[in-house]
Amino acid sequence: MLRDIFNKKRKYATISKQAEREDVPEGLMMKCPSCRKIYYRKELEKNNLICLNCDHHHPMSAKERINALMDANTFEEWDVQLTSANPLEFPDYIEKVEKDQKKTGMNEAVMTGKGKINGYESAIAVMDSRFRMGSMGSVVGEKISRAIEKAREERLPIIIFTASGGARMQEGVLSLMQMSKTSVALERFSRSGGLFISYMTHPTTGGVSASFASLGDYNFAEPKALIGFAGRRIIEQTIREKLPDDFQTAEFLYKHGQLDRVIHRSEMKKILTTILDIHQDGGDRS
Amino acid sequence: MKKNVLPFEKPVVELREKIAELKKISGDSEVDLTEEIGRLEERLEHLEREVYENMAPWDRVQMARHAERPTTLDYIEQLFTDFLEMHGDRYHSDDEAIVGGIAKFNGQPVTVVGHQRGKDTKENIRRNFGMPHPEGYRKALRLMYQAEKFDRPIITFIDTKGAYPGKAAEERGQSEAIAKNLREMAGLTVPIICIVIGEGGSGGALGISVGDKLFMLENSTYSVISPEGAAALLWKDSNLAKKAAESMKITSYDLKELGVIDGVIEEVQGGAHRDIDSQANKIKEVIESSLHELSQLSEQELLDQRWRKYEKIGSTTSVLERTETPVN
Repeated sequence: MLRDIFNKKRKYATISKQAEREDVPEGLMMKCPSCRKIYYRKELEKNNLICLNCDHHHPMSAKERINALMDANTFEEWDVQLTSANPLEFPDYIEKVEKDQKKTGMNEAVMTGKGKINGYESAIAVMDSRFRMGSMGSVVGEKISRAIEKAREERLPIIIFTASGGARMQEGVLSLMQMSKTSVALERFSRSGGLFISYMTHPTTGGVSASFASLGDYNFAEPKALIGFAGRRIIEQTIREKLPDDFQTAEFLYKHGQLDRVIHRSEMKKILTTILDIHQDGGDRS
Repeated sequence: MKKNVLPFEKPVVELREKIAELKKISGDSEVDLTEEIGRLEERLEHLEREVYENMAPWDRVQMARHAERPTTLDYIEQLFTDFLEMHGDRYHSDDEAIVGGIAKFNGQPVTVVGHQRGKDTKENIRRNFGMPHPEGYRKALRLMYQAEKFDRPIITFIDTKGAYPGKAAEERGQSEAIAKNLREMAGLTVPIICIVIGEGGSGGALGISVGDKLFMLENSTYSVISPEGAAALLWKDSNLAKKAAESMKITSYDLKELGVIDGVIEEVQGGAHRDIDSQANKIKEVIESSLHELSQLSEQELLDQRWRKYEKIGSTTSVLERTETPVN
């Protein structure tokens, strides 16, 4: 039994290819993975990608999230041109990145910038799980850190929507270091009195969960989102115990005091507006 | 001795045993083997140099995990005086996978924190094989806040396979505990020196290793995932761990080259466990010079330097052909 602790140890949760396929909707029609009902994609999009039948929150792309949240024509994107190098010279890595660039129209797994939410200006970073499972390598770490830094300089709040399987394996320890990098940027930001709202969406695991995602002045999550440090399978192998079905869901974390609120997507804009409004006069200590 | 021989050092050990045997024979009988023994000893010296100076990444992984490798408490005993261990996170319990306390280094008060493996099965169970729960990270942070309050430098020793992947750990916020340490360590106004002495396993290692200086012992490793885990993930075969160790760049020299660490602390030939006194001395020199250097900085300079250090880490490039995608 003890030996098993060391075997095949995966530090962080991973999302299988299968789940990826089911989660990423393509084409005109789409099937809800939760209740199996088939919809016109347009119909779901009108409802912020929430299933009309069972309330399942489908993953949103970064673009869809920003469109759903920000006032029309107010979003200004930052650091669009940043893309991955291949520091470890990992075979096929750049090809994989390029493939996801084509698929998503994004250069990396996060979109950053600023815009207005019901008139309140805010910096924002939105991760996109379609791009290398939202994994954090150097570019994701750099873009998020720069966005935090820019928010500090411009005295803006920042909202980060996370969706990530964790650190990106192909950049090795440099990916790990992005956890420190983003957290260091947040320390500086927090010290200057900046407001940071962390908004976790499905999935938020591993290195992203164990760094900036957990460091919000407010930590929120979408219903049923998978959030955790280690992967379910590795925990089950380690403790030799079957885990409950709701383990590492947003509701589970909420129950254990790890989240301020679980927020239904239809309430997202309203609640964020209220928080931005309450913080209008604060946030300047430097 | 025999049971802890690593595969790559087998030839060295076998030759050493042969020499010992010859010496015994030579002592017991009339036969004079002095010449033969001398020749073999010379060969041993060559062989040792050849083997230990050409260690492959996988050899270093095994060295970092060596059962006799000195642990945090071993080094604490060598490097500090008046060490007093302090316990508990004040919320839940005392996690013995992390030790910490106050001590003196060359007469100067310091706070010391480090992962702690066990030396035998019994101790390993007590210390959870050096894999902390959230309370371990929270204890570490409590002690580091205290160090800041009393203006003591902080020295941390990193030696863990990773933060413990367990049910209770998740319930009590493993992610939050590590994340908070990363952020708070970035803002502590005292010098922080971090030294990887064995395995630097991912987020669990990172949780006590944000600071002004990060060093690695020559045969230690620091990685985003264990070689076994990487192999399972990338190639669906954990038996390819050796290959993963090579491609993941996890050795001290690799990390120096990637600009992630400040320096490599050389090990005594054959690994730190061969001569802990000499090894501790090498570590001592590095702590001394780092403390001296960092003590010249004001609090603000210290923080600015730390922020800049982390700002730089990473590897990105630009694509110019793609411009902003209109969003809304």
